[in-house]
Amino acid sequence: MMRCPEFRYHAAKTVEEAASVLADHGPKAMLLAGGTDVVPNLKRRQHRPEVLVSLRRIPGFAGISIGGDGAAVIGPGTTLADLALDGRVAAEWPGLSRAVGSIASPLIRATATLGGNLCLDTRCNYYNQNYEWRQSIRFCMKAPAPHGSALTEDAGGSVCWVAPASPRCWAVSSTDGGPMLAALGATVELRSKARGKRDIAVADLYNDDGMLFLKKAPDEVVTRVRVPRAAGQKSAYWKLRRRGSFDFPVLSVAAAATFSKSGEVTDARVVLGAVASMPLVLAESASLVGKSLTDDVIAEFAGAASRHAKPMDNTDFQTAWRRKVTAEFLTGALRELRGDDPRTMGQLGRRVARGASCLG
Amino acid sequence: MSTPDNLRVIGKARRRIDGRAMVLGQTQFADDLSFPRMLHCRLVRSTVPHATIRAIHTGRALAAKGVKAILTGDHFPIPYGILPVSQDEHPLCRGRVRMVGDPVAAVIATTEEEAIEGALLVEVELEPLRTISDPLDALDHPEPRIHDYGDVGNVHKKVAMEFGEIDAALAGADRVFEDVFFYAGNTHLALEQHATVGLVEPDGKLCVWSSTQTPHYVHRALAKALEIPPHLIRVVACHNGGGFGGKSDPFNHEIVVAKAAMLTGRPVKICLTREEVFYCHRGRHPVLMRMKTGVKKDGTIVGMDLETLLDGGAYGSYGVASTFYTGALQTVTYAIPKYRFRGCRVFTNKPPCGPKRGHGTPQPRFGQEVQLDKIAVSLGIDPADLRLKQLAPANSFTANWMRIGTSGLRACIESVVERSGWRERRGRLGPGHGMGLAVSTYLSGAGLPIYWNDLPHSGVQLQFDRSGGVTAFCGAAEIGQGSDDVLAAMVAEVLGLTTHDIRVVTGDTSMTPVDLGSYSSRVTLMMGNAAIQAAERGRDLIASAVARKLDLPADRLVFAGGRVFDAQDPDKGVSFQDAVILGEALHGTLGTTGSYKPPPSPARYKGGGVGPSPAYSFTAAVVEVDVDPRTCWLEVTKVWIAHDIGRVLNPILARGQVEGSVYMGLGEALMEEQAMRRLPANLSGALVHKMPSMLEYKSPTTLEMPPVDTVFIEDPDPNGPYGAKEVGQGPLLPMPPAVANAVFDAVGVRVDETPITPEKIAKAIWERDHGRDPRCGPASFPSIDWPEASKVRTPAEGGDGTASNEKPRKSKLLASGFRLAPGSPGAKVEGVQS
Ligand SMILES: Cc1cc2nc3c(=O)[nH]c(=O)nc-3n(C[C@H](O)[C@H](O)[C@H](O)COP(=O)(O)OP(=O)(O)OC[C@H]3O[C@@H](n4cnc5c(N)ncnc54)[C@H](O)[C@@H]3O)c2cc1C
Ligand code: SF4
Repeated sequence: MMRCPEFRYHAAKTVEEAASVLADHGPKAMLLAGGTDVVPNLKRRQHRPEVLVSLRRIPGFAGISIGGDGAAVIGPGTTLADLALDGRVAAEWPGLSRAVGSIASPLIRATATLGGNLCLDTRCNYYNQNYEWRQSIRFCMKAPAPHGSALTEDAGGSVCWVAPASPRCWAVSSTDGGPMLAALGATVELRSKARGKRDIAVADLYNDDGMLFLKKAPDEVVTRVRVPRAAGQKSAYWKLRRRGSFDFPVLSVAAAATFSKSGEVTDARVVLGAVASMPLVLAESASLVGKSLTDDVIAEFAGAASRHAKPMDNTDFQTAWRRKVTAEFLTGALRELRGDDPRTMGQLGRRVARGASCLG
Repeated sequence: MSTPDNLRVIGKARRRIDGRAMVLGQTQFADDLSFPRMLHCRLVRSTVPHATIRAIHTGRALAAKGVKAILTGDHFPIPYGILPVSQDEHPLCRGRVRMVGDPVAAVIATTEEEAIEGALLVEVELEPLRTISDPLDALDHPEPRIHDYGDVGNVHKKVAMEFGEIDAALAGADRVFEDVFFYAGNTHLALEQHATVGLVEPDGKLCVWSSTQTPHYVHRALAKALEIPPHLIRVVACHNGGGFGGKSDPFNHEIVVAKAAMLTGRPVKICLTREEVFYCHRGRHPVLMRMKTGVKKDGTIVGMDLETLLDGGAYGSYGVASTFYTGALQTVTYAIPKYRFRGCRVFTNKPPCGPKRGHGTPQPRFGQEVQLDKIAVSLGIDPADLRLKQLAPANSFTANWMRIGTSGLRACIESVVERSGWRERRGRLGPGHGMGLAVSTYLSGAGLPIYWNDLPHSGVQLQFDRSGGVTAFCGAAEIGQGSDDVLAAMVAEVLGLTTHDIRVVTGDTSMTPVDLGSYSSRVTLMMGNAAIQAAERGRDLIASAVARKLDLPADRLVFAGGRVFDAQDPDKGVSFQDAVILGEALHGTLGTTGSYKPPPSPARYKGGGVGPSPAYSFTAAVVEVDVDPRTCWLEVTKVWIAHDIGRVLNPILARGQVEGSVYMGLGEALMEEQAMRRLPANLSGALVHKMPSMLEYKSPTTLEMPPVDTVFIEDPDPNGPYGAKEVGQGPLLPMPPAVANAVFDAVGVRVDETPITPEKIAKAIWERDHGRDPRCGPASFPSIDWPEASKVRTPAEGGDGTASNEKPRKSKLLASGFRLAPGSPGAKVEGVQS
């Protein structure tokens, strides 16, 4: 079977300790939470850290509490299973429950954490391959040949195979939590040895670059996720994937909005996931404010917003089809926000409502 | 003695004998094995699709921590391969690599990690050759040849055969339907990755434990490739965590660890990664096919002309047989009076294809069943009726000389038509909803072995001991299908015991008589018959002793409930243990054997060895689908399936096989594909498996599995043990065409290729909306320079199973008592077997 390369395992007891190991070792250290992304990547030799700093032993790193202002404060070490099954979260932020509950499979959710999900490596089917496979294609710029192998000379490693003329990497942001938390206006707290604490909106956490996809500095630890409460807010998450379990998103729509008593949108944020190297917060969201979500308004929005989906040929499904169905997913999510029951929205809606099926 | 009317074990729903161990994790798969001082092996594989090996530098790797030995092609001068006509593999490549993933060197080290790190240090200098990437490329480019054998250039094998005047039949047809279909390649995806341990046992003999479906063939390959007398080699097939045909070839890694164990004097183990399993492959051949079918106005088929083009990948494997199989069984479901089949397999620089569940037959079955649906629609006939009116009759010969025994196909079709509400519901389900029907047939074991011999195909040996215990020995390999349970059930039924009373020892070439292996759905029928024979011989020996003791005629004794007693006075009898003791006292140590060899086939033309079987199973299925109008997403919502199994031996296992086949068939229909990725030659030249991982090779999960309504049609076949026929493969075959037909019923467009994805449905709808042919599928079939066909007169034409333009081959037919009566379309069988 595939095996990890050798590394040193450091179980941090406090956040400070974790941050200080990161600071001391620079790029040679990596944080390890549930390991459901890090470990496969190690086996494929995409990273070769000398030290893995585990966050699992840090007291209080996991847990969900609801503050006096109604906001949820979620420890980054909280497992996706605990988060998806939390009744308070489901009642207040149903889109978040559905997004997190759609990640991977029940077994993986029992180990995987929210912090790890937000920092999930970007994906590309030229990149999520083992060492020998990538050697066969002569590597790509996101993961050049590591030094010390017999093949470092002229082993490639400078091209992006998805877009060979492009100077950048187009690997896809594939987190389900990121777009939904961005739509909900969530913030994360980051801590580092050098700069202490800072807060950053999830919507601002990402770069549109498959390699440098996080604005979080490598020495920073995500120490808290805060989801604000907005009275009367509705949220929805529609995810496209081949199968009802197991699969990463290849398109998702995370939508959240608040409404006035008369039904007009007072605030809205709609985010497209898995069609770029970052979750795309749609500027068109603002155009919904002051309007009721009528079929016409939704259709106009979906038509305009779906143009932002420019998927590349590096995930499952054909790109043209993924682009084509984006409007359907936007429409479905917005209809759900205005109160339509997804189960009445044809096959696609039924599947989303089941949460766990082909597209859901 | 027990007759089919008072069966006590057969037909009862029972827990399989190995079920307990499996759920408790006690079953030992090959990767569970560990031996003292065991070393680990990692193969260094080619990263280039086609190249000459210039040099292999092992110095740095040999110096690395833990590395004990490195093997290369120099250790393996002798080629091997599953078929005698395709001895084209070396355990480690010599001089040439033919695909990415071809093994070039083996690093043997103390731990698996060290073997992996060591393998990264082996430097292989390769001089790239032009890559042959697909069948058209192979036909257009005879050079460079991937192999220096085969019909011509990169064509591995061309076959052509003609049964009756097909051209005249098509010329005289009222309508001729011509279609081109493509069936994608896909792989087995057994959950267990291949693993093998080689070691030298204390008696100095070589022993190889492996996840293999065919220990006997591995045994032969080891003896050949390692030049060791076969009696000094033992091969043990561990319980397989699924096989589906993917563990039917002897594999390079098996031979490599055997050799490494001999060189190092220590046990050596390998467990392949999932990616390596994708490269071992031997899965479903991608097949392009052209099918021409002539019909009368009322839909009666007058003749069929089939051409197939198979992408074989880099090695022969079972490919010659697969090629023949793409044309062998078309005639077994419907009466096709005239038939021509031409098939061509090419070599390409990709993982080799071979047998996967249904071996070579699901591809043309897809074409045939979809084409029949088109014919029915075009003639305005219900697709079920079109089939029912021209089923190949039971006890008949087909145009290509396949002997059909029992057939429950009519009952299968009627069953699924009724249970699905086909007649009332089809066409009335509303937009986006549809139903499709398809049928199929499969062999219950191939009539001929892989290599020519006149020996039994399966042998069973029984040992009776004084404790009352019975041990059954058989070379069959348990691959999860439940063959161990079948063996115990046969013996238990005859001897009046329960399966729990029987101990089975299977798949061990030094301990058990030969069984050819778990492929072609042969084990239940062949091993079952051998087991019955051995058990009846044992029963007769014991009965003679008990009869003497009780002073009764032996034929009045009944073996049941763990006793042997007088049928007329059940109180008068002895326990089974006492009966064995009496038997041993009278006859000495008790042991019996049984064996089975299929009846000879009347198909004596070249290629007629592929297709004959002692009995054919039949299946019919209806599927219901829901196609989302906007995304074209396809959901299969329900499956009705009826399978003619002859007799159900254990309903739980039989149902498991049907549901497993439905699952696998739906996977092939909806999403599975062994997709390859060719990078621009100027930048990389790679030809790699697109996504060799369990996550990205899409196969359905339980969530995609619709409810399945399963019905068994039981019409015991005289050639089957207690009348049983196969169930492991046939039920897969109707799935892909039934889905395609249901999609047409739902949205009115044809997808003439697998997998049937939302993108392809959307494309076909787009074509329709733009006034074009409402279909998605291959446009054309290339022109192939076919050899002259073997000309065989059909049974109805008074033929004798030979080709008029071939030298007649040795015949055993007449001696075995086949006699034919003329009649149409297939002649009736009078004498079946001697
Ligand atoms: C089969 C499979 C299917 C999957 N499907 C999905 C899916 O559908 N959707 C989806 O979103 N994900 C999916 N995943 C990815 C992954 O399981 C999840 O994203 C998971 O939440 C990652 O969390 P983790 O705790 O395991 O992260 P880890 O693997 O431990 O870490 C992931 C990354 O985050 C960093 N990190 C972890 N915690 C912190 C922290 N507190 N501060 C700073 N950096 C941190 C790590 O250094 C690493 O770079 C799948 C994974 C698998 C194996
Ligand atoms: S997008 Fe390009 S550079 Fe990025 S991982 Fe894929 S192939 Fe490599």
